[in-house]
Amino acid sequence: MAQALVKPKIPVEKQVLMTVNGNEAVAYAVKQSLVDVVAAYPITPQTIIVEKFSEFVANGEVDTVFVPVESEHSAMSACVGAAAAGARVFTATSSQGLALMVEILYIASALRLPIVMAVANRALSAPINIHNDHSDAYLMRDAGWIQLFAENVQEAYDTTIQAFKIAEDERVLLPVAVNLDGFFLSHTLENIYMLPDESVREFLGGYRRVSKVKVDYFDEEVPLALNPARPLSFGNLDLYDYYFEHKVQQVEAMKSVPEVVREVNEEWFKLTGRRYGDGIMDGYGIEDADIILLAMGSGAGTMRSVVRKLRREGLRVGLLKLRMFRPFPFKDIADKLKNAKLVAVMEKGISPGSYGPLFLEVNTALYELKERPLLVNYIYGLGGRDLVPDMVENMVKGLFKELETGLVQPRLRYLGVRE
Amino acid sequence: MAVAKKVIHPLDKYLRSDRLPHIWCPGCGIGIALAAMLRGIDRRIREGKLDRNKLVFVTGIGCSARVSFYVDFDSAHTLHGRAIPFATGVKLANPSLEVIVVGGDGDIAGIGGNHLLHAARRNMDLFVVMITNFVYAMTGGQLAPTTPLRVYTTTTPYGNPEPPLNVIKLVASLNANYVARASVTTPHYIESFTYKALGMKGFRFLEVVSTCPEVYGRHIGLRNPVAMLEELKKRVIYKAHPVVDESDIDWDKGIVIGEYVVRNNPSYLDLIKRG
Ligand SMILES: Cc1ncc(C[n+]2csc(CCOP(=O)(O)OP(=O)(O)O)c2C)c(N)n1
Ligand code: SF4
Repeated sequence: MAQALVKPKIPVEKQVLMTVNGNEAVAYAVKQSLVDVVAAYPITPQTIIVEKFSEFVANGEVDTVFVPVESEHSAMSACVGAAAAGARVFTATSSQGLALMVEILYIASALRLPIVMAVANRALSAPINIHNDHSDAYLMRDAGWIQLFAENVQEAYDTTIQAFKIAEDERVLLPVAVNLDGFFLSHTLENIYMLPDESVREFLGGYRRVSKVKVDYFDEEVPLALNPARPLSFGNLDLYDYYFEHKVQQVEAMKSVPEVVREVNEEWFKLTGRRYGDGIMDGYGIEDADIILLAMGSGAGTMRSVVRKLRREGLRVGLLKLRMFRPFPFKDIADKLKNAKLVAVMEKGISPGSYGPLFLEVNTALYELKERPLLVNYIYGLGGRDLVPDMVENMVKGLFKELETGLVQPRLRYLGVRE
Repeated sequence: MAVAKKVIHPLDKYLRSDRLPHIWCPGCGIGIALAAMLRGIDRRIREGKLDRNKLVFVTGIGCSARVSFYVDFDSAHTLHGRAIPFATGVKLANPSLEVIVVGGDGDIAGIGGNHLLHAARRNMDLFVVMITNFVYAMTGGQLAPTTPLRVYTTTTPYGNPEPPLNVIKLVASLNANYVARASVTTPHYIESFTYKALGMKGFRFLEVVSTCPEVYGRHIGLRNPVAMLEELKKRVIYKAHPVVDESDIDWDKGIVIGEYVVRNNPSYLDLIKRG
């Protein structure tokens, strides 16, 4: 988080300092974002988001319809229906809940519905576990959603509001998942700055405005929303005649996302004085680093503190925190990593029989370089296993030794697992 | 010489005592329900009508579903809502097993409601015990499909506007051979209905009205487990031959327990064997 040189429009004195956990922070962000419909089903560690939000609904503090549906499949289905009717829509889930939603996740993105969902990341069953890792986020990797990861509670709040702006941008029109680590962020109290309600309203331009499109049956452009007065239909049968083109359009829409994420990050910076690198990734000490750690989510915070300590001791190590996993910023990441001797991709998930999904992307990104850094993949924190600073410190020191010998093997490693 | 397990309680032989203490809150009704079910099972085993090595417990996820963790039978702790299809697979793969499903009202009739419907329609050879505590207890007391009207929950902080589902009526309207309701205030009925169900074929359904003082009790102002049990007891009415029309759960007018449906329709296994 960089400090503002220019005074932000709403300086911190005018922001509201609150002590909240990650779930409450998301609930407040949704409250301020003028959401029309929330449909959700309880699951640990997400539940508090929706409980807190239903309090706002019951108190009349928001103008939102809240639907306590009977499963996550129904939750995402209700979100799709409401978003297609032109509403600004939010839901939240975790782990098994996300797994149950998968069928509809693909529909939400293919219908280009700007739904925002918070995912309080939790390990997938079996065995059943309620604690954090990124296996649920990786499960939706190919569902066509934009995936952003928060490092701390402040970022979870900021990113949730930004997500509506990104999703609804006419160049994008895609759903966004805001990932916050279960328990590490969802249940951990932090002091954060919140904007006054009017500032969020202004930032988002008020309620959702549905963009207009040109369709065959009407002479003029019409809002892309269900309305019996000028009927449109969504998700029709689309065989080998048009399906392919529609899919390519959906893939193309992802191309505009980085630009929009950067703009929104800058705009947020001007408004609040807070930004997260360029919105896509944030480097710390990477310019001169021989070894760079790459990570997403709350683990990046722990790693940054270790990197800071080791740099003071004179080790040339850096951290690149990735905030946007989908679309994946291949070129930017290669640029940031190209001068390192070794990159350790740190992640909380694995594709059995392969590597961690983040590692695969980084591997692909580096292929474009003539001279590439060595690449290793550390899987850590599965099922909520804590990432202890000492562990990271020993790992980094070990990697420097390996670099000296020139033998860096194997590529896939586990950090913090019992032998 | 092997050291025999020290018996502290007569039902210990059916429990994985190394898993204790359990996760249930002090004063929770689920323990009463489990003990009574085990007594019913024990009677069948002692009669020689049931082989403990052929008994399988299948549960989903929730406080109630946690029983599979503590019983010393073959057991599977599956996914929230999916115990019935899992159990169906077990039964069809090995019809000589007696398969028992236990779950909360959310698990069995909410997220898993569609499976309940179709298992009952097929008269699938399963014994399903649904423990009704009127909320999603494990996740902290959100609205469940059985939550009575106007009750405060964490997702309906100003009272539930949705009419509840009467699961007895639902299952009775289908092809189930046995549909009964008991309450944790009448454990002898849980025991005898379990005993009876385990001597029958086809789809057998037992609803156990339970107490969740920790979460539901808090919502309705009955945080004290004894007080909650006593309030429930006042409302429970046993009938030898109840009719489905009187099965709506009504906290003011009473909760009728008893055997609503007892019949001998051909079970799913009978039907497929006939071809
Ligand atoms: C697909 C999915 N969604 C949500 C959850 C979270 N969850 C666990 S238990 C539970 C509800 C428990 O309520 P119920 O089934 O009535 O059982 P009880 O705890 O009341 O006994 C929920 C929503 C889950 N495990 N899986
Ligand atoms: S939350 Fe309720 S149902 Fe769950 S163990 Fe506690 S008292 Fe029992």
